[in-house]
Amino acid sequence: MEKNLEHQIDESEKLGMQIVKESEDDRLMTLSVGPQHPGSGHFRFTIKVDGDYVVHCDPDPGYVHRGEEKMCEYRNFIQNIPHLERPVIHDSANITYSYSLAVEELVGIQVPRRGQFIRAIASELDRQIYTLYWLAIYGIFLGHSTMFMWPTGDRELFIDLMDALSGARVTHAFNIPGGVRNDIPDGFKDKCLRHISYFEKRLKEYEDIFYTNPLFIQRTEGVGILTKEDAIGLGVTGSVLRASGVPYDIRKAEPYDVYNEIDFKVQYMKSGDSLARAYVPLLDMKESCHIMRQLLDKMPESGEVRAKLQPTPKGPPGEAYRRVESGRGALGYYIVSDGSPKPYRVKISVGSFRNMIALPHLLVGSKLADMPSVYWSLNYWPVEADR
Amino acid sequence: MSQDPKNKPVDSTTPSEPPPPSPPAKAAAPPAKKETEAPAFEKGLVSQIISRFGDDKIKVAYIRPLRMKVNVDPLDMVEVATFIRDNLGFDHAESVTGTDYPKDNQIEVIYQLGSYSKDDIAAHILSLTTRTSRDDARLPTLINVYKSAEYHERETFEMLGVYFEGHPRNERFLLPEDWADLPPLRKEFRIRGR
Repeated sequence: MEKNLEHQIDESEKLGMQIVKESEDDRLMTLSVGPQHPGSGHFRFTIKVDGDYVVHCDPDPGYVHRGEEKMCEYRNFIQNIPHLERPVIHDSANITYSYSLAVEELVGIQVPRRGQFIRAIASELDRQIYTLYWLAIYGIFLGHSTMFMWPTGDRELFIDLMDALSGARVTHAFNIPGGVRNDIPDGFKDKCLRHISYFEKRLKEYEDIFYTNPLFIQRTEGVGILTKEDAIGLGVTGSVLRASGVPYDIRKAEPYDVYNEIDFKVQYMKSGDSLARAYVPLLDMKESCHIMRQLLDKMPESGEVRAKLQPTPKGPPGEAYRRVESGRGALGYYIVSDGSPKPYRVKISVGSFRNMIALPHLLVGSKLADMPSVYWSLNYWPVEADR
Repeated sequence: MSQDPKNKPVDSTTPSEPPPPSPPAKAAAPPAKKETEAPAFEKGLVSQIISRFGDDKIKVAYIRPLRMKVNVDPLDMVEVATFIRDNLGFDHAESVTGTDYPKDNQIEVIYQLGSYSKDDIAAHILSLTTRTSRDDARLPTLINVYKSAEYHERETFEMLGVYFEGHPRNERFLLPEDWADLPPLRKEFRIRGR
């Protein structure tokens, strides 16, 4: 072989041709994925492939960076609510939930009990809305278009409920410091229970058509395995963490509002592959139905839903760091107040940003064709990561 | 580290004095208003760090239910973080960020450390903070102790202009590629028209 090649080179040189030898870099091809949605959301990452294998991956977020944290410093605690939910419009009840908790701690507000229940219900509804949206996208990028249609359709149930609750389909600005914006409408409880019963049946059908589909299993089982040690070391959160065998959920670890009165189990799996990361959100949705039933059941029949606030609430100088469990894992706000009505510094610690570090970790060494199943299994929401 | 009392926002608090009058409901709906006494378990965690490094190196900003904040010198950061990881069990950094204090001419960088592996501190957040001068903001990186801090430190670099020595990529991350302005979370960077 070598000899043959040398002979060829000699022959070529005789003919006046120059042979350029292939260098290591020439073997690699650089691909830019995103940021304009060829299956990545508004997120760009560059990967280098050697043949079929990914050898290098470099995430480059920021395409939808809005400077939310800087914007917070110019508005008072109440004015901040509507723009803070923009990073995840599907899950806006959760992203304002931890903000509310932190502001309440700073200002010193006690939320009425009924208000605590209602905002927990809103956050569970939004978790379903987000997770269904994520599942739809995961389905379509693995080429399963039924799995795009079904969750998108069923998501409307919960959107209707949130619409009835808050008056807006998405971006409700419903969970606010001091409680919720308004009380629940008449007949909400029955409608909610009806939707939950229907949805639980549908979850079973999802399992039958998608999760037990041999094609889906082949593309995800054993792909992109994140070990328990790595998951802890990389500090990932949410379903990615729980799929790697760490039963950690903020609702259980650090119960906020009324979650310590709710009986539920933290759903987790041990295999740490893409299949587990796809399965855990499904289990979460099932458990969330269970939680919502209890919330509706235990909610006081009447009472205040919102604490009285100053027009521009302010507290003494201090700082607070509060977290909730969102659809993408722990969502925390670190707020520093200097005693004025505007926050001095707001840091939004989001699950998507924390899970991003797992992407190069999992992709390097895997096949290019596994990229979509790994990337979308990370439950990554680019807009939230960029803030 | 040694903060003078005129430092208005936050960190001027002495160990025993919790600033907000009523830290409401850390864990549950009915709030147990612990205003004066620092909770024993949290105090025990912090005292472990103090007994290892001494009072002069570890400045306690506050100890509240589930939340602790300590302030150390940049030179001690790696050592203290390693101790916290190995002996207290805080195994990952949830977030790393900074706050700009132009009045003190300092930037405070804060690591929110949490634990997945130990159940008794699963709800706790230990905030490890350090301060650096605004003019030459340099800190040692903690990514060799907390791998999870890698992207967070990179974000802190571009948002606040704190250079992390030893970090492989003190580079642009979220901001536009052609960003040629001040680090935006510094207080002298103003949003136009505001």
